[in-house]
Amino acid sequence: MRTPSTHFRLVLRILFTIAASFAILISPVRGQENGGSAQTNQKWNYDELKKAPEKARLRQNPLENNPNAIAAGGKLFERDCSECHGQKAEGGKHAPSLLRDEVQQATPGTLFWVLTNGVVWHGMPVWSKLPEPERWQIVRFLKSLKASARPGAPGGS
Amino acid sequence: MIFSRAALLLFFGFLFSLFFCPSSSAQESPYIVTYDHYLEEPGSLEVEYFSTFGTQRAGNDFHAFWVEFEYGATAWWTTELYLDGQTTFGDSTVFTGFRWENRFRVLRHEHFINPVIYVEYEHKNGADKILKEVEGVDGESDFLTPNAEARAEHINEIEGKLILSKTFKGWNIAENTLAAKNLSNNPWEFGYAIGVSRPFALQASPNKCNLCPENFSAGVEMYGGLGDRYHLGLRNTSHYIAPVTAWSLPSGWTLRLSPSFGLNDNSHRFLLRWGLSREFSGFPEMLGHLFGGRR
Repeated sequence: MRTPSTHFRLVLRILFTIAASFAILISPVRGQENGGSAQTNQKWNYDELKKAPEKARLRQNPLENNPNAIAAGGKLFERDCSECHGQKAEGGKHAPSLLRDEVQQATPGTLFWVLTNGVVWHGMPVWSKLPEPERWQIVRFLKSLKASARPGAPGGS
Repeated sequence: MIFSRAALLLFFGFLFSLFFCPSSSAQESPYIVTYDHYLEEPGSLEVEYFSTFGTQRAGNDFHAFWVEFEYGATAWWTTELYLDGQTTFGDSTVFTGFRWENRFRVLRHEHFINPVIYVEYEHKNGADKILKEVEGVDGESDFLTPNAEARAEHINEIEGKLILSKTFKGWNIAENTLAAKNLSNNPWEFGYAIGVSRPFALQASPNKCNLCPENFSAGVEMYGGLGDRYHLGLRNTSHYIAPVTAWSLPSGWTLRLSPSFGLNDNSHRFLLRWGLSREFSGFPEMLGHLFGGRR
């Protein structure tokens, strides 16, 4: 005979199974909605860059002239960003290309603001857990990609 | 028995499948009890093993352990499954239950203080000794019951936490207030945890290295009980202070170490905690490949 306690446990088990399935499925679903390949980067919305407040947009990169910033930023990018944005920042299933003009023409302060705040409802976590100088190193690395991007290619200037 | 074998096979199959996932290694928080507002990256699965060695006055010392599967479902939702157990020296080793935890980020941008809502269901027995948090009037004397007797008590509990956290100039400050309710008609119990931590270096070095200062972080956390609904306060509660340190390796592994010291007579005098974790990115894709999906 089922007691209220066993009923409760049964409900919890069902709830857990549903939540676990949903949790595992939700990321790929999000990827498909947003394109599913690097070739469909035009489906990504870069509007978040426009939301950076004026004060944040105008911030200068304090590591602009630091000779190690690009290499260090590249290392951090590979560790924390490349899984979604691609090894060469070309974009992937879950995140847009960072070689496109929208990103490359954004000010360092704007990129820093997006990195700090993430785009939480669209899948990008906040990265304020990285100390400020590390975030600026990533920004410096991203801005350095502009020079190496092919003219005429998607994202090239 | 058939079900147990199937479950075991599924579990080891799952662990084996993780070899097909690429590892990733963001700088991890050194906290063991306190939560900050950072959630698991979406699509990443972190597998963690934690151990607590505890001294026990008037009884046998113990070693409690848990395995944790932490999955970033979205950038605003992290879900975790814990499997807990313990060995009491001179007594026995027992499985003490499971916990299912969810953390939800409330605000879309970073603010002066960042709240996260934490909801957990615990199905455990009375032999549980992992001390993942201290609630109500939990104290050292609760751990004196022999395992055979303690495990006969079944506990279904829900727990909520309000996590408040802020990172400023590399320093993270986090405060957790918890409320827990044993579903068998016990009153709400309360507790707290606070923590402060900082990485050893704020700038990354240009080369990959295991011993670079940016791979290390350290801090201190303090946690304890705050009584229950009828006796709110510090009376008969236990409290701990614990230096914490973490070492995140570029290979994806993170090692944490934390000696905890009891602050009053109700607390264990000493707890030594350590943990090993590894983060795997692209978990949904791995499952897709494994089961023949197109993704």
